Amino acid sequence: MDEHKKYPNKLGIIGWLGGGRWGIERYLYTLHRITGLGILLYFCLHIFVTSSRLFGMNAWEKWMGFFKSPIFKMGEFLVFVGFAFHALNGIRLILIEFGFAVGKAEEPVYPYKSSLNTQRPLMVIVMVVAAVLIVAGGYQFLGFVH
Amino acid sequence: MAKKTQKETDIIFYIHRFNPDVDSKPYTQKYTIRVEPGMTVLDGLHLIKETQDATLSYRFSCRMGVCGSCGMLLNGRPSLACNTQILDITMKNLTVAPLPNFNIVKDLVPELTPLFEKHISIHPYVIQNKTDEMLDPTGEFYQSPEELTKYLQFSYCIKCGLCMAACPTLATDSEYLGPQPMLQSYRYSIDTRDDGFDKRKKVVGNTHGVFRCHYAGECSNVCPKGVDPARAIQLMKRELVLDYLKIKKHRSTSFIMGKPEGVKRRPEIPKAPPFTVEQK
Amino acid sequence: MKETRYWTWHMLAGIVILFLLGIHMITMHLDAILGWFNPAGGEAVDWGNVVARAKMAIYAVIYIALLAAALYHGFYGFRTILFELGLKHGAQSIINILFVVMGICLFVLGSWVAIKFHVIAQIA
Repeated sequence: MDEHKKYPNKLGIIGWLGGGRWGIERYLYTLHRITGLGILLYFCLHIFVTSSRLFGMNAWEKWMGFFKSPIFKMGEFLVFVGFAFHALNGIRLILIEFGFAVGKAEEPVYPYKSSLNTQRPLMVIVMVVAAVLIVAGGYQFLGFVH
Repeated sequence: MAKKTQKETDIIFYIHRFNPDVDSKPYTQKYTIRVEPGMTVLDGLHLIKETQDATLSYRFSCRMGVCGSCGMLLNGRPSLACNTQILDITMKNLTVAPLPNFNIVKDLVPELTPLFEKHISIHPYVIQNKTDEMLDPTGEFYQSPEELTKYLQFSYCIKCGLCMAACPTLATDSEYLGPQPMLQSYRYSIDTRDDGFDKRKKVVGNTHGVFRCHYAGECSNVCPKGVDPARAIQLMKRELVLDYLKIKKHRSTSFIMGKPEGVKRRPEIPKAPPFTVEQK
Repeated sequence: MKETRYWTWHMLAGIVILFLLGIHMITMHLDAILGWFNPAGGEAVDWGNVVARAKMAIYAVIYIALLAAALYHGFYGFRTILFELGLKHGAQSIINILFVVMGICLFVLGSWVAIKFHVIAQIA
């Protein structure tokens, strides 16, 4: 059979995004990556910007004034949203990946219930908490914009 | 699936075709067939092959969801063609494509070789330290029902490759082991007759092993046998981490249960027939 | 087996970040609601508040611990995503070295600033 050429049918990065008849955990997986990358970028810049405190009050106030424009406030709010999601979803993932929230092996009986059903209440709880955090954070950020 | 009043409907099949001798890349071909309630996708493909296009290639064997040959991408979701009724998933259009993340051999036939190679790489068999006992058995390895339940669910895998097609990590990383082999590594490591955890942890604990799973959960969603690879992978991670932190509880291996003593053979049970080959 | 070690610490660093970044985020962003941590009043990033916090040694300790944990967690996570792209083994080792160097540089910079500023704030 090896003399025939075959067509490589990898989904590539599109496969990370999912789409179609996929479950909700797949979208959380994609979001977790995107927010993680965003936070890492912010974090590296954050280290440099906050280092400006060494150059005294004027340098610090200059930077902080620069970041008070509404665009940067929105950007900061996005980082906060990313953080809230990443943190809460991270709690869920830690519980799952250390094997606490996936339940025990059981005899499969149709219609099949999987570990996804076992962890779903946890998923709902952490997403609700994340939403509450985001709203609370939004209250603070809006206070600065206006 | 909610009960629907289903009646005969015309369904348009969009089937991905690829002939390695002629085509450079897959294309889609349209077929329309009359579908009766209860017809599976595999029945539909048979009907197309019989009445419209004899060149259509697909792989099937048992047509009852046991052999795991007819895995396909049905309307964007990996499913067994024999296990899915057409009118359950569509009332109009049905896209049938080969399983992604595998090479296409022809039309709807994926090349499952990587799956089996990875499956072999994790030593999918019981590894026993008691070699003397293995060569010259004196009894049976005892296992309690509780110990059986720990791995029984994971042993129902039919190796159809649906989980491998659904996995987002495998979509880019072809070195990644994938749900099915990692599931098998847990299934054998947790078996009380087995002593092979140290051997398997070298394979599943490497860079492209168990830690590249981030619980997208798709493997468990698509599994046609309710085997739940995602659960097994997380439990395998737990074993590996506990092993690394040196707090893994020592699991006792099965003891050997000898033949029962002081029992008489019941008279109605006939004796075994004489040996037909010479005994050493 | 190395991966087990890296990944376990990735998870443990995540738990550490959860607490420390929680403190940081509450300090910075939930202050309009809570009103703690900012003795000079006004916004959390005002110079007076920054100096007041830097006077407390606990904040320097928290920030250095957070820096180490977050750099490790972030760069390991980024490495995971890059490795899943199916890179060649040469590229993988380059990424490993690059990330270790970047992580150490950022850690040295950040902790140097935290300690130095703590000393400055003590005098001021």
